[in-house]
Amino acid sequence: MKRPSSLRGAWNTTAALLILGFLLFPVYWMLNTALQPDTSITATEWFPTSLSLSNFDAAVSSQGRSLLTSLVVALGAVVVCLALAAPAAYGLAQFGLRGGRSIVFTTLITQMVPGIVIANALYSAYAELGLVNSYLGLILADASLGLPFSIVLLRAFMVSIPGEVVEAALVDGANRFTAFTRIVLPMSRNALITAGLFTFLFAWSDFMFALTLNTTDDVKPITLGIYQFVGAHVSDWGAVMATAVLSAVPAAILLVLAQKYIAAGISGGSIK
Amino acid sequence: MTTAVPSAGSFEPAAQSPSDSADSSAGGPAKTGRTAPNRPRRDRHSLLRWMFVLPALLYMTLFFGYPLVRNIVMSFQRYTPTTYFTGEAPFTGLDNWRAVFSNELFADSLWHTAVFTVGSLVGQFTIGLALAVFFSRRFRLSGVIRAVLLLPWLVPMVVSAVVWRRVLDQDHGILNSALQAVGLADGGVPWLSSPSVALLSAIMVNIWIGIPFNMVILYGGLQEIPRQLYEAAALDGASPWRAFRSVTLPLLRPVITVVLVLGFMSTVKILDLILALTSGGPADSTQTLGTVTYQLSFLQLDFGQGAVVGNVLIVISAVFAVLYLRANRADFGTGK
Repeated sequence: MKRPSSLRGAWNTTAALLILGFLLFPVYWMLNTALQPDTSITATEWFPTSLSLSNFDAAVSSQGRSLLTSLVVALGAVVVCLALAAPAAYGLAQFGLRGGRSIVFTTLITQMVPGIVIANALYSAYAELGLVNSYLGLILADASLGLPFSIVLLRAFMVSIPGEVVEAALVDGANRFTAFTRIVLPMSRNALITAGLFTFLFAWSDFMFALTLNTTDDVKPITLGIYQFVGAHVSDWGAVMATAVLSAVPAAILLVLAQKYIAAGISGGSIK
Repeated sequence: MTTAVPSAGSFEPAAQSPSDSADSSAGGPAKTGRTAPNRPRRDRHSLLRWMFVLPALLYMTLFFGYPLVRNIVMSFQRYTPTTYFTGEAPFTGLDNWRAVFSNELFADSLWHTAVFTVGSLVGQFTIGLALAVFFSRRFRLSGVIRAVLLLPWLVPMVVSAVVWRRVLDQDHGILNSALQAVGLADGGVPWLSSPSVALLSAIMVNIWIGIPFNMVILYGGLQEIPRQLYEAAALDGASPWRAFRSVTLPLLRPVITVVLVLGFMSTVKILDLILALTSGGPADSTQTLGTVTYQLSFLQLDFGQGAVVGNVLIVISAVFAVLYLRANRADFGTGK
């Protein structure tokens, strides 16, 4: 009885693996090229027969600083974004503020403003404020990539927190703010992780602000680093691909460790 | 843009938890009445409550509202590098607009944007839907494989573009090597170096990037469709294809609209993919509204003209933002 269905299951799994292999081939090729020495001279082999990490040495020595910059900027953006989004989402979810609905509405709309338009106007403002080529400037700009998404996502979660829980804390003598930090934030842990995760990914992936709001190499995230690297060293594909691997590491780690948050985030908020 | 659609009513993002029906902001007075029985106390609290929302509101005004307004103003100004020294950006009426609209590159980029966007959406959506339907079957490793398929979407777009540049290289790229090995292309296809092929290649890469997003959202939508409907269709003698057309597609419609509109919004303004893949070339064959805005503002340093193209992008986005909101509203109306 069971045989036909298990046979079909095996066939489905095989087909799925074939699809996976086909769609992820460029990712494999990136890894494969990065692991082969001297890819500039000979054609790339199908498999890395003589494994070498020399490309990664080259990548780290030329792009290591950019990786660090990306980390600082992306973490900074997460902090700014969550610090703004969490209280706002709570206020919009629970306080019944007058005009609250139009604020949520505007928040959704802001996700549709083309980034290059923001960069265009922001550059001139930054030039006047002295924020061009600064960590703070880039962190603030990158936080805008995750903020609307985070507000929408966190609010959707926080409307389900029963008001009684917070009221009990208020009766016990807590004020609104301590009730928020002690009760609401811990309860919203999963939503906060999801929002933070996506803000990190958005900021880590950001290329537009990195490109437009920096005129020197003082603040150079890895996306800008690899863009310039491939322009200048297009013959040294091994090192370029090793850099690509390193810059894809956060995505890979997050995918493994936080798979359920990623899936929830993609379908839970309306992502750009 | 925000004033174009003043009353959203009760729209919500599509794939949201059902708990939203218990939205407290709709029943505000009833709720606050419980915490604050006496009126003066409530007013003092009201200000306190706004303190939660104000920082985010201020930030959004600065980082979304201000650029929108500034961009409109700038499009009527001569805004060049001298502006940064003199501080003067004289108003020049419609000069920037005339210059941009008479620029052949602008017309070309408009056309490229349309082809790129439509081509990407059709590819991403059909493949994404096919995969979503396929993964709706239950089999071993289905969940794991579905998760790993997300990787292309999570990797920075610039990085994907750089990897694809390697894959598509005319002489050393693996794609041409493979095609030659099976005898499909003798001289090697000039994927990125021929003006007639480059836009197609860019579309292909963008389809690859967008498949995971389409798949995940559509997969979520498919899970919402009650199984009984398919059983009923099967009892009525409907073929799988007929069931797909008469059950799946109609019920999936709200999700499909949202996926397509969101896909449109992210594709129409694309910049990093094209810059890293082709830099708009060869011979401007992959210039889109996004890259032209960048080129005018940040390479030619004519921020006024860049702002004009940016405004065109805003108008196009606004039209689809309205569509998106209407789609969400329809979705909300079904009681989901």
